[in-house]
Amino acid sequence: MSDLEKNRPLSPHLQVYKWQLSSLLSITHRLTSIINIAAISLICFWIISLYLGENYYKYFQIFSSSMVGKFILIGFTWSFCYHLLNGLRHLSWDFGYGYEIKIANYSGVLVVVVSFFLTTALWFFI
Amino acid sequence: MVQFALPQNSKVEKGNYFSSKNDSKNIKKINIYRWDPENNKNPRLDTYEVDMENCGPMVLDVLIKIKNEIDSTLTFRRSCREGICGSCAMNIDGSNTLACTKSAKEVAGEINIYPLPHMPVIKDLVPDLKQLYKQYQSIEPWMQSKTTGDNGIEKLQTVEDRSKLDGLYECILCACCSTSCPSYWWNGDKYLGPAVLLQAYRWIIDSRDDERKKRLKKVADELKLFRCHTIMNCTNACPKGLNPAKAIGSIKKMLVTSDNS
Repeated sequence: MSDLEKNRPLSPHLQVYKWQLSSLLSITHRLTSIINIAAISLICFWIISLYLGENYYKYFQIFSSSMVGKFILIGFTWSFCYHLLNGLRHLSWDFGYGYEIKIANYSGVLVVVVSFFLTTALWFFI
Repeated sequence: MVQFALPQNSKVEKGNYFSSKNDSKNIKKINIYRWDPENNKNPRLDTYEVDMENCGPMVLDVLIKIKNEIDSTLTFRRSCREGICGSCAMNIDGSNTLACTKSAKEVAGEINIYPLPHMPVIKDLVPDLKQLYKQYQSIEPWMQSKTTGDNGIEKLQTVEDRSKLDGLYECILCACCSTSCPSYWWNGDKYLGPAVLLQAYRWIIDSRDDERKKRLKKVADELKLFRCHTIMNCTNACPKGLNPAKAIGSIKKMLVTSDNS
């Protein structure tokens, strides 16, 4: 590589590229996958606290009945729902369906709406 | 490697301002990425006030007007001015497209123009596409056939087989899709990117080609192919309305079904 080539700047990318609905949903899928690991860890702690006895379980109850705790648990539920539903979207792509931009956008919006609906249903009706 | 921030020598600085000399009521501000290889400065964003009353409708017309009348040092690629050569691919108003088919009126307010994203810049709006061409070469984009058709003439294709190439053969290799893809930004040295994979599929699915198996085997690679996470920036960007995401999906599907003989 010549010196001239080495000095070439890299053109702006993330800094200038406009978010598309599809890219936003895609990065959310990845973020929720990371959040889900935290959620699964919490479920493990919950089970461990059950095993350790009443005193330890009490700590979990204090956490889960506080405002912050509830917010986190509801957030985890939504994250799980979104990841699951968007995962189905990915599955349909793997089968070869839904690649057209219009359909992909519709299915994306549908996933977001249903994920909120499912979260509400899980928390308030079950 | 994932690196969200730009390297120090690539940070864009404030540039010059060229105000319009006439008092037209229809002035549009055009912000353009500039980088001159002949001095040791960082890239900058120059602003030009352009009289749209006396200017053609497309963004390419605006660029040519600036070069002719305001600043002759502005450098960009262009050729056919009708969306068939792919030379004037650039990032306009935050997404990749061809300057010659993008209407300037479509953009409300100021127009921001950058070179294709995450590419080494040769000068101003001219990116170095060497890597992409090398990758294109790697998929051997030509007919590979050991047999001929009946009576020794060329192989004929049924209407149905020919229609499988629709939505693929129209690709002009402008690189709008590949340079819109975050996976290609972070792994462009290994991941082939949407443009090259769409071309790869164009040869895989051609009924006259005899090397389907070899071609599939060649792209069946965690990095070359499976860095595609269906983000779909490519399909959103394609100025020809093609669907590289679908082509990549078709390759993936062929690899797991028996349809690879």
